[in-house]
Amino acid sequence: MLEVDHVKIAFQSDKEEVTSVEEVSFAVNPGETLGIVGESGCGKSVTSLSIMGLLGKNGKVKKGQILFGDEELTKVSEQRLREIRGNEISMIFQEPMTSLNPVFTIGNQMIEGIKLHLKMKSKDAKDYAIEMLNKVGIPRASEIMKEYPHALSGGMRQRVMIAMALACKPKLLIADEPTTALDVTIQAQILQLMQNLQKGSKTAIILITHDLGVIAETADRVIVMYAGQVVEEADVFTLFKDPKHPYTQGLMASIPHLEYENEQRLVSIPGSVPGVKQMPKGCRFHTRCQYATERCQQEQPELEQIQEGHKVRCWLMEEAPLHPVLGKPKEELVT
Amino acid sequence: MVPYIIRRLFIAIPVLLGVTVVNFIIINMAPGNPVEMFVDPNTSQELINLRKEQLGLNDPLWVQFFHWLGNLFQGNLGYSFSTYEPVTKIILERVGPTFQLTILALIVGLLIAVPIGIISAVKQYSKLDYFATGTSFLGISIPHFFMGLGLIYIFAVQLQWLPAGGIATLGREDDFFDKVRHLILPVLVLATGIAGQYVRYVRASLLEVLGQDYLRTARAKGLKEIVITNKHALKNALIPIITIIGLEIPFLLGGAVITEQVFQWPGMGQLTIQSIMSRDYPTLMALNLLTAFMVLFANLFTDILYSFVDPRIKYK
Ligand SMILES: Nc1ncnc2c1ncn2[C@@H]1O[C@H](COP(=O)(O)OP(=O)(O)OP(=O)(O)O)[C@@H](O)[C@H]1O
Ligand SMILES: [Mg+2]
Repeated sequence: MLEVDHVKIAFQSDKEEVTSVEEVSFAVNPGETLGIVGESGCGKSVTSLSIMGLLGKNGKVKKGQILFGDEELTKVSEQRLREIRGNEISMIFQEPMTSLNPVFTIGNQMIEGIKLHLKMKSKDAKDYAIEMLNKVGIPRASEIMKEYPHALSGGMRQRVMIAMALACKPKLLIADEPTTALDVTIQAQILQLMQNLQKGSKTAIILITHDLGVIAETADRVIVMYAGQVVEEADVFTLFKDPKHPYTQGLMASIPHLEYENEQRLVSIPGSVPGVKQMPKGCRFHTRCQYATERCQQEQPELEQIQEGHKVRCWLMEEAPLHPVLGKPKEELVT
Repeated sequence: MVPYIIRRLFIAIPVLLGVTVVNFIIINMAPGNPVEMFVDPNTSQELINLRKEQLGLNDPLWVQFFHWLGNLFQGNLGYSFSTYEPVTKIILERVGPTFQLTILALIVGLLIAVPIGIISAVKQYSKLDYFATGTSFLGISIPHFFMGLGLIYIFAVQLQWLPAGGIATLGREDDFFDKVRHLILPVLVLATGIAGQYVRYVRASLLEVLGQDYLRTARAKGLKEIVITNKHALKNALIPIITIIGLEIPFLLGGAVITEQVFQWPGMGQLTIQSIMSRDYPTLMALNLLTAFMVLFANLFTDILYSFVDPRIKYK
């Protein structure tokens, strides 16, 4: 249904072009949940905004294509994109506190999109908006319609965003860290809600997060991004059981385990993500990778399939493609 | 809301009182006195003293002040020293023309400034933006008397299309088109300055709003760019603009002193100049009181208006 193919995205800033995302490829099938994980700044949001055509006037898809159905989204007209946005592809953002317009009522903001895409009359659109708010578990929906965003809590606002995003029954919902700004109990409720709504509708979801716990609970398939590239792709079981890329392994090792109570060790990957302007030559992870070889510093690896549905961007795979696990990475004590 | 308004009105009373005291002192500190201002140089000193006695100008200052204040509480603003007419009547005659001129200028100015400010912000750093901000700077910096005289020279003296001043042609006071013809030039002068300022305010305010998250949400809904700017962004951008307008209205209504003088417009600005020249204390006191009152009222009105545009603000 959605196919992102070797996409490269660059931003124009002060006469200089900065590449933010490169060689990003993945596909989403109807009804499935694709998780995207990666550290802050690795290009998750930029990738999802490019699907919506919302990179802004400075951002541009430089290479590759984004196929939605049989349409090439980087080539279609702005007019067609507007028909798709909010209708066939919807998006929920990270910041529920600032994502709603403070000076319009919830009702006004809900109805706007419904009238636009579903061509309903005001009265019907209003009833439908209330129905949607009920569906996402908002109490007193018809009164909330008259409220302004500031009167709602973060969790409630995110529910409103979900109701808005799902109102036109999109084929694809992109949720960019929908729960990062919420506290843990609300997080679980929101994720549960999204899953329930998905079951009834065959909507595909791209769930962006840097929380592997969220991925484990919700995603069917996962792509791991590092420094603007996809470094590993696998179904969720394979990824957690048998992560291949040293970066993915590092991520897994950094999940806090309650079982190891007395050890109290929190593992992290040494170093930090290279900035867009100082991308290392060769494999982008080699500066932080304990297995890095001469070759990793010189040549960039491709995303290669090593098993059905499991792709990895790492030279080590060529040397030992079916190597079970490369062994635990050296641990660094943080606490 | 109502208790809030009542509280604000009560707070206004001591403020107004303070303002009148300060005004009274300043006015009396100015050299010269009303009698000397309008008498013939040959008038005898006795006559002048008699006149001063009659007007109460020989009393101590505080007696004069309380006399004035006492009258004020009875709704009497006194009589003009120069025309002997009741001050209330004089001012009421002047309020109409000033309101016509300044409100019209404000509307015209905003009608020019808001669209240009929007375009300027949306197309930031484009040639159009540079042109608009450049022109607006010119509009702010050109002095009213200079522009006024220039317009009179071109449109009244050379082309003879429009009258050089006044509010109506003698004998045609009821002619609507005659009124409009008299309004065009002074409104243009005032509106130019207003438009120049507000282009910058609208542009700056909108630029601040254009980067907000909720506009990305609006785009993600598939709305047209024009709806996003004119509905979602503009309403947010206008909130600070309303404050600026609210704070400025009393000064506009206090009379466009220079413009009214240049165009011989019989408004409050012209009255202010005339009363200063003739040391017409009662009229000056009343004008100042009126301005102070309008400032307080406009502030209150702005706050109330604010709560209607910005739902986050509630007064109790
Ligand atoms: N409008 C922009 N102009 C220039 N560079 C940008 C712009 N938006 C994003 N970038 C750059 O693109 C890179 C990827 O950013 P992105 O927001 O996609 O990261 P992310 O993975 O979503 O991080 P986070 O987890 O913090 O949300 C960053 O290095 C950022 O500096
Ligand atoms: Mg992000």
